[in-house]
Amino acid sequence: MFGYYLDLARRSFRHNRVLTALMVLALGLGIGASITTLTVLKLLSGDPLPQKSVRLYAPEINPLSKDSTTPAARLWEGWGNLMTYTDAMNLLHARKAARQSVMALTQAKVAPQEAGQRPFFSNGVIATSDFFAMFDAAFQYGGAWSADDDEGRAHVAVIAGFLNDKLFGGQNSVGKILRINEHDYRIVGVLKPWAPQPRFYATSLGGRGYGNGDAVFMPLQAAVVDKMNPQNVNCFDTGFDVEHLDTAPCAWVSLWVELASTADADAYKTFLSSYVAQQISLGRMHHPETNLPDLMGYLAQQRVVPDDARLQANLAFGFLLICIVNTVGLLLAKCLRRSREIGVRRALGASRGAIFAQFMVESGMIGAAGGVLGLIFAELGLWAIRHQPAEYAGLAHLDLTMFAATFVVALIASLIAGLLPAWRACVVAPAPQLKAA
Amino acid sequence: MHIQPILAALKKHKLATFLIAMEIALACAVLCNACFMIAGRLTAMHRVSGVDESALGEIVVTGFDPKQVDDLNARMVAGLSAIPGVESVHVVTSVPFGPQNGVNGVTLDQKHYTTVVEYYAGGPGTPEALGLKLLAGSMPEADDYQALPGQDYFPASSRVLITRALAQRLWPGQNPLGKEFWAAKYEFRVIGVVANLAVSQYTEFGERGADWSVFVPAQPGGSLLGGTYLIRAPSGDLERVMTQARAAVAQIAPDVVVDHHYSQSIPTLRARFFAADRSMAGLLVGVIVALLGITAFGIVGLASFWVAQRTRQIGVRRALGATRADILRYFQTENFLIVTFGIVVGVVLAICINLLLMKFFEVPRLPLWYLPVGVVVLWLLGQMAVLVPALRAASVPPVVATRSV
Repeated sequence: MFGYYLDLARRSFRHNRVLTALMVLALGLGIGASITTLTVLKLLSGDPLPQKSVRLYAPEINPLSKDSTTPAARLWEGWGNLMTYTDAMNLLHARKAARQSVMALTQAKVAPQEAGQRPFFSNGVIATSDFFAMFDAAFQYGGAWSADDDEGRAHVAVIAGFLNDKLFGGQNSVGKILRINEHDYRIVGVLKPWAPQPRFYATSLGGRGYGNGDAVFMPLQAAVVDKMNPQNVNCFDTGFDVEHLDTAPCAWVSLWVELASTADADAYKTFLSSYVAQQISLGRMHHPETNLPDLMGYLAQQRVVPDDARLQANLAFGFLLICIVNTVGLLLAKCLRRSREIGVRRALGASRGAIFAQFMVESGMIGAAGGVLGLIFAELGLWAIRHQPAEYAGLAHLDLTMFAATFVVALIASLIAGLLPAWRACVVAPAPQLKAA
Repeated sequence: MHIQPILAALKKHKLATFLIAMEIALACAVLCNACFMIAGRLTAMHRVSGVDESALGEIVVTGFDPKQVDDLNARMVAGLSAIPGVESVHVVTSVPFGPQNGVNGVTLDQKHYTTVVEYYAGGPGTPEALGLKLLAGSMPEADDYQALPGQDYFPASSRVLITRALAQRLWPGQNPLGKEFWAAKYEFRVIGVVANLAVSQYTEFGERGADWSVFVPAQPGGSLLGGTYLIRAPSGDLERVMTQARAAVAQIAPDVVVDHHYSQSIPTLRARFFAADRSMAGLLVGVIVALLGITAFGIVGLASFWVAQRTRQIGVRRALGATRADILRYFQTENFLIVTFGIVVGVVLAICINLLLMKFFEVPRLPLWYLPVGVVVLWLLGQMAVLVPALRAASVPPVVATRSV
């Protein structure tokens, strides 16, 4: 029967070419717009480290001065897990988590060794040794520096694969010296391509949310000695000395911890509260609130997905809804026009179910055609987005899931649109239709 | 025109009538909100910077030794001034739409932070080169440009220019001239009020105004003034001058790194700053066009179907003496009634969507005058869409009534 219905639908489309084309076009436009914005949204709200994210936590405290009236929740929305160097190092040295790392971003001026090449700036991360193991950054050559290198302020560095390609032609550069911000650093490791999207650890540190990753990584303490400027410094008290950021009342580093289970997370939360309570009793801090969101919770709190992208997705679905209502109207007009044909089929013995199935097959076919058209529109839309001035623009591509989703959305949309007309068709009473003829 | 028979006819087609009305309602709701968002983006894009944008650009270099800053400034100013077409070069901290430089909370009593402002600093002649419009007081004089001691951000006490908007924020209704405010240990006394000076990278999040700026006069050098240069050139020639200036840095100071992202003319920086707003506005316009197109075709489709279905009735009416104009008017009135029904629902829906947007996004309240505009647009759209099928209906000859089908 299915084949017969397909044939009937084909005939009916040929009969009403303009109307059919209109329905397919409307559905295609709506689906194209929805899939385009959904792809962007999926890209933006993705999990940067899927295998690890449930175990990563961002401890948040409120280091503001005594007379501050900013509620802690609002502070964290703006600052995230930013804290002062003193607090971050205290929490790091307590070693209460399986892994922990304190980090900041800096502009690293890299001076190539070869004569004739101009120095250039790269995105630099200054962090403590657990950074690589905790964030699953794998090595091509060499490895991370050690905790002893941290404390010994060793001038060692890890570089990204792309920088290694640029400077050393992709050769093993471990042991070579790199001049960064007018100081010599010895390369101990070269990373494999590593660029989590969104770049979760950078959002509170003044970095871009998306992009192809950082180029150089240096131990935090050595960078502090070399007076490298962090990207984002928020000072909250008067009388500070910006020359000594390690003691100033300024938040400029962030702390990430890895905890094996939710029980460990509860224990860490207790530890964090007791640390803050202790600092309050010492008079260093004044606000007892603490927070320990996991990675995905942290991204939600930081609103990494731009409002524009969410707005566009809502707009696209509103548009799809209008396209569906439009298709319902046109399908209804089409099927009412065929009342007589339905009457004849019913008189010849077709059941209501058969009529219903016939019209659902017809709308399903419109959905399939709309899906193909929607796919073309979505590719066009994503091509347009790749030429947009947003930092995530280059990453917008249709993946296999979204490819499949296009057809699922198209079929569901057309079947929903077909329900009402098909129902109207199957309740047509055969006798009056035959009589009218 | 009698509305009664039209309503009676529509009652027979409740479902189709309801569908068109719903489509109109959704279109009305999306149209009003999308237009409102476009207007918001366009307003933002017309932000007044308060400087002579078309004649200004900046060159930003980094990676120099802070101890050599005076030497670098001297070489850069001399080297950039030598480029043909350059009218003046000044050492500054930043420009509107340039990199964000100094943002800090200020206090009026050295205790309670009230307002977050942006500081621009520059060497002698900078306010004049920027083209700031003085409203009250005076521009800084030669001895107001103090040298910066050591690592200090600002002179301990400086005589500054502030914007009108900031003056109103700090001292509402009072004369700001001679008043003072503090940021950390630095004291600032207001000597002049300028019309506008936009902050460099304004965002709606946070507690900053778009025009809350302070201009601090200072001598080039120190940790504040070095590496960023304001270039003034004739408007028509600016882009060529900027291209030449970027290239010239390699000769002037071979060991520094040019920040190509920010070493641009202010018109370029401005266009880049608003690029996202422009593309969002473009996208919204696209959605509106597609939406109105789809709605119009939906109306054409359904109206054509009705006309085809009622050919006999139309023939009977014509045979009984109705003129072509009567038939035309019948379909136009019918469309008007359906669209009006849709619009009533649509206006309520538009307000609901706006309330939702206000809750989940930073969108202001929809001004009510958008609603009548949206209503008129949809009435016109409905009338235009129904015209073709209605004309076809009007051309049905009376003789059709006598034919059996």
